[in-house]
Amino acid sequence: MPAELFMPFVMVLVAALLPLQLLPAMIWAERKVSAFIQDRTGPNRADILGIRLGGVIHSIADVVKLIAKEDMTPSKVNSFYYSLGPFLALFISLIPFSIIPLADTLKIGGAAIPLRAVTLDVGILFILAITSFHVYAVVFAGWASNNSFSLLGGLRSAAQMVSYELGLGLSLVGMIMVAQTLDLNEIVRQQGGTIFGILPAWNVFLQPLGFLIFVVSIFAETNRNPFDLPEGESEIIGFHVEYSSMRFAFFFMGEYIAIIGGSAVVATLFLGGWQVPFFDTEMLRENAMLAARIAFGSTAALCVLLSIILMAYDKKLQALYTDKRRFEARVLLGIVVTLGAGAVGGLLFLPTLSSLGEQIVTAIVQNTFLVGKILLFCFFFIWVRWTLPRFRYDQLMNLGWKTLIPLALLNIFLTGVALVLFDRGA
Amino acid sequence: MNPYVPLLAVLVVAFLLPVLLLAISSVAGPKRDEREKGDPYECGVPQPDNPHHRFPIKYYLVAVLFLLFDVEAVFLYPWAVVYRDLGVFGLIEMSIFLGMLLIGLIYIWKRGALEWD
Repeated sequence: MPAELFMPFVMVLVAALLPLQLLPAMIWAERKVSAFIQDRTGPNRADILGIRLGGVIHSIADVVKLIAKEDMTPSKVNSFYYSLGPFLALFISLIPFSIIPLADTLKIGGAAIPLRAVTLDVGILFILAITSFHVYAVVFAGWASNNSFSLLGGLRSAAQMVSYELGLGLSLVGMIMVAQTLDLNEIVRQQGGTIFGILPAWNVFLQPLGFLIFVVSIFAETNRNPFDLPEGESEIIGFHVEYSSMRFAFFFMGEYIAIIGGSAVVATLFLGGWQVPFFDTEMLRENAMLAARIAFGSTAALCVLLSIILMAYDKKLQALYTDKRRFEARVLLGIVVTLGAGAVGGLLFLPTLSSLGEQIVTAIVQNTFLVGKILLFCFFFIWVRWTLPRFRYDQLMNLGWKTLIPLALLNIFLTGVALVLFDRGA
Repeated sequence: MNPYVPLLAVLVVAFLLPVLLLAISSVAGPKRDEREKGDPYECGVPQPDNPHHRFPIKYYLVAVLFLLFDVEAVFLYPWAVVYRDLGVFGLIEMSIFLGMLLIGLIYIWKRGALEWD
């Protein structure tokens, strides 16, 4: 069976699993980074058989809790739209991952296998079209809840989201003028190489103003601080006040997945996507053996480091606890040692790679860099949340309409002039 | 293969996940019917009026302005893709278009459509 027929469907599963894997990590990171910034410990209690993993289990405990709550519908709501709102919030946020190229296109026996689920050449338009559906989730939820607070909260959020969508759309125009395409993989490929020999040729360096506008708009679109008026639940009541149980969780899962998706889009469009700085695909494929050795070697080194930390932690645990928690470090140590042994084994018995093997190693390295960029940007989201205070509503609308849109138009104009003056390729 | 076939698969997967979670939740969660629980959220009083009352015209205005500007933004995309082939001609032509966009923005700005009080 030819690979190009079934690979898209494998990638569909990958694209669906990627956000679901990153979601608990993101919730965990949000809590731990908040705790770190506020100088407290953060979650560390929930455990499975004494394994706490520094609070990761809390994410799982939360999901179990929300599933086990009563799924109730208030008496006078419009039940169809009431259910549709949270459903859309999660449904819409899962789709953009399918268009993000996870690594460079594989070539197997003359056939090109793109490593993404949906190979559309209008990728940017697709993402903008899908993300604009988030407004419906908010409006449906706010309107159908039969509550004045929800209605006003929904309207407020909808006005915010549509206003910043303009900035979002306009900020990308300058980038498209440079890239000359809407295809995401092509945009990423163009970001290989360097500018002036030192900087990676990422769009963030070519389009700094566009990047800034895009990032601010992404923050507003995902309802994050400092634009979290839709969800300032303790101060101003938002559109989801009538929701409980899993439907309430859908809004927050949707929001977190939208943050991960937004980070993925920023990483793809502006931070070089799967490009490894200073190493293009060809170079990586030629040095795939070396890359594999470095990957195995660094994993082994990391495992040794972790083992040392865990041994010290074990001593601490033995002194502190007498219950099952004292074995936590030993179980983790077992896992780390097994991983390290596997890495050392891989390093020692690494076979000579075939052409396909080289491509797969390259794809893994590139995908690691993409996920790394996504995680770094997610961290930036959390960092901003604990750094900036919330906007007042009029300030928020002013920033959107009176600052971002004129700036985006200026960016388009400047890019146009610069391309006419300096473009040697045209 | 048509690229929209995997897209359909993505939509199905994204559709099934919330449905599955809701199904688990409705099976796993308790069901206790109490009349008060179905009441709308309020500050301890019965809901004073019909919640679907009139709301400020501002929100409607923002929606209309959004439609206008978003359609104009969509016009920029095809131009941006071929911009480097058009050269100076494209720059002048789009400067006129952007100028009109800017005049529109300044107009609604001066008319006070963007003021929130």
